Amino acid sequence: MPAPLLVPAALGVAFLVLPLIGLLVRAPWSAIGPALARPEVGEALRLSVVSASLATVLSLLLGVPLAWVLARSRVRGRSVLRALVTVPLVLPPVVGGVALFLVLGRQGIVGSWLDDAFGITIPFTTTAVVIAETFVAMPFLVVSVEGALRAADARFEDVAATLGADRWATFRRVTLPMVAPGVVAGAVLCWARALGEFGATITFAGNFPGTTQTMPLAVYLALQRDPEAAIVLSLVLLAVSLATLLLLRDRWLGRAAA
Amino acid sequence: MSRRAAGLVAGPVAGLVAVALLALSGCGTVGDAPPGGAERGPSEPGDPGLTGTLTVLAAASLTDVFTGFEERLEGANPQLEVRLSFAGSSALATQVLQGAPADVLATADEAQMARVVEAGLASDPQVFAGNSLLLVVPPGNPGGIAVPSAEAEPPSLAEYLDDEAIVAVCAPEVPCGAAAATVLDAAGLSGAPDTYEDDVRAVLTKVQLGEVDAGLVYHSDVIAAGDGLDFYGFAESELAFNRYPVASLSGAANPDAARAFVDLVLSDEGQEALLRAGFILQTR
Amino acid sequence: MSVSARIAVRRGTLALDVAVEVADGEVLAVLGPNGAGKSTLLRVLAGLLASDDGRVVVDGAVWDDAPAGTHLPPHRRSLGVVFQDALLFPHLSIAENVAFGLRSRGAGRAERRAAADAWLDRVGLSGSGDRRPAQLSGGQAQRAALARALVGEPALLLLDEPLSALDARTRLTVRAELRRHLAAFAGSTVLVTHDPVDAMALADRVVVVEDGRVVQAGTPADVSRRPRTDYVARLVGLSLLAGTADGGTVRLDAGGAVAVAEEARGPVFAAIRPESVALYATRPDGSTRNLWRERVVGATPHGATVRCELDGEVPLVADVTAASFAEMGLAPGAEVWAGVKASEVAVYAR
Repeated sequence: MPAPLLVPAALGVAFLVLPLIGLLVRAPWSAIGPALARPEVGEALRLSVVSASLATVLSLLLGVPLAWVLARSRVRGRSVLRALVTVPLVLPPVVGGVALFLVLGRQGIVGSWLDDAFGITIPFTTTAVVIAETFVAMPFLVVSVEGALRAADARFEDVAATLGADRWATFRRVTLPMVAPGVVAGAVLCWARALGEFGATITFAGNFPGTTQTMPLAVYLALQRDPEAAIVLSLVLLAVSLATLLLLRDRWLGRAAA
Repeated sequence: MSRRAAGLVAGPVAGLVAVALLALSGCGTVGDAPPGGAERGPSEPGDPGLTGTLTVLAAASLTDVFTGFEERLEGANPQLEVRLSFAGSSALATQVLQGAPADVLATADEAQMARVVEAGLASDPQVFAGNSLLLVVPPGNPGGIAVPSAEAEPPSLAEYLDDEAIVAVCAPEVPCGAAAATVLDAAGLSGAPDTYEDDVRAVLTKVQLGEVDAGLVYHSDVIAAGDGLDFYGFAESELAFNRYPVASLSGAANPDAARAFVDLVLSDEGQEALLRAGFILQTR
Repeated sequence: MSVSARIAVRRGTLALDVAVEVADGEVLAVLGPNGAGKSTLLRVLAGLLASDDGRVVVDGAVWDDAPAGTHLPPHRRSLGVVFQDALLFPHLSIAENVAFGLRSRGAGRAERRAAADAWLDRVGLSGSGDRRPAQLSGGQAQRAALARALVGEPALLLLDEPLSALDARTRLTVRAELRRHLAAFAGSTVLVTHDPVDAMALADRVVVVEDGRVVQAGTPADVSRRPRTDYVARLVGLSLLAGTADGGTVRLDAGGAVAVAEEARGPVFAAIRPESVALYATRPDGSTRNLWRERVVGATPHGATVRCELDGEVPLVADVTAASFAEMGLAPGAEVWAGVKASEVAVYAR
């Protein structure tokens, strides 16, 4: 392998992995067991995993069709639409949280209507956590799936059409299975982003143990008082996400690659 | 600014009222008058010949006042470059403990300063201001908080808040949250909060957006937030009176300038500026 | 007539305007160079592309009527299409691929499997139903694609260069099988190809499309014997010379003259087969009436013979054995004499 590639690659690995090693080296290992046993940690962890998973499901339901529209349809202003869809990628999440208030908050455009008509208020609920995470994480899925759709050979869709499949059947039976690896990769990325979401969540959903306090929020607040506890919590989050991804890899990605 | 406040009003008057309250409750005086600062007077802070760079780490709530101090000190010492860094007090203390190069530290509570002092990185902290919590309500009071009619004595927090009200406070991990927990406990309202925010600003934002019915924030934060919010004093606030200590750091690279800055904070001029910004004077 | 179509499409520099008719059971080959509009024609017939003008009627049903705004989407047409690359769905088994069209119509699992197995049997792939497309050779994949196109018994079968992705030997066997299946197919077939051999071997009729227009139509024998454009002549290996006949002589438009055995008058084509051209290193004696000084400008091996392109008084193509090619030193640039008997020159009106 050529050195101009190898050396920066090695530096890149070091850059990404060393902070992790730092966490591991400084970790008060003996404190991890008791930390896991604390009910509020288990609560935050469960809430994180559940809300990130719900956010991923929501992103799949909305994001895959959206990616299809971006990649396949001939809608006018598609490039503008694509730029809009990726806005949450560049928007500071805290601003995203405020923006969600302006729409779904009690005084928001949609939220005030929900409140008046149905008595539903979204902020400071687990629903708000899922919405905030979806807002921030869905673009990752959309971008990934759209890339897979663009790379997929559209002639297979023509073949399906000539075999009597309408566009919806073609999408279900041909397009979606063919881009499945891209969808899975996008979903994993989306889930990971949702799991680590902090800014939009604490802004839009607030921070309340059991309903809206996810692990990143717990970590951040622990950092204020007890950095060591924050490291422990981070390691727990890290371990859970790694375990989930490895499990997925065996179950899903492995099969997609075979 | 709406002034239906039962206890406190904005500006210097508020500070004086608070001082009076504090005096009544026996919390008004802490320690001796600061050495140097007050006597030196406001005319010329520091030696005119101060040079180099002065780095000040300060609690976020001090942003406006300390920026004024920066201009004042730099104006008097053209060779001096003052750099201010604002953050949450615990984050600042952690930064100092991790070896951040700085000359002066000013925190929003004594516990955080104590961490630095215990580590031997600062000595002789001086309390230069105080702050207490207010109940803030969004414009128009959408949650229908039970606002008491004007009275001489501020009522208990329990008079304002019922189970229905959506309340935002700071998380117990940060100083404003510790204060909030104290007053809520005292009022028998420990279950009232619906969200524990990571700092005062986040509480204020949610109140300003009208997404919560009420929030507990510091007096100085209400002043900094400007018009548009209704705020009320309550009886329990004196239980969570917050003291702001300042100290020059042992590792200061520019100890002369650091001393000058601390002196300025403690001077009559500095105290007056703090009072205008909604802080409660501690020292006299 | 089962398929009756007139199609006009403008796409960039291409202006396609053709009319084709195909009877039940008939195979029509659309022959033409790349970019002539063959594939566009096929996509319009399949409904994948809307025509700007024209009408497509199949078995009395209007599939396309541009002036009336009628456009039947592809999935509602009774179609089978085989593309150049088999395009078997990579995520489905061979049997699922073959049964795909039946599933679109709501056929049950057992019925689909039975039909798929029967068709796999017919195309010589019995036992391969559970394999994946990636496990098939090119020829096998194309057979499976044919089974997939035919399983629904479509009214119209479209073949888009179905053999051109195969290697020479496989092409031969698949072509023979395809011929057999087409003979048994009751519907109409349109075969798009640039390979004259496919057209000759598989089609009942040929239309030649160049630059978006039909330039010649007829039976394969007719078209190959009497090409009307240089493109077709070159395809079938003939030298095509345009001129004006005056009894036993054709004066060529590009200069020179050809002696012919058949009497003719007026504007004609004179066509000369490559094997009728004899090459000599030195000027031969004898009775050959057409004798030209030529220069070899290109040589392509063609089995046991070498096809030489000649330029000179009259442009010609000549086949010589590999042995004589070597003996005579016929490398490009070599000067030779070319002789053609008058009786070997075909003459037909332009």
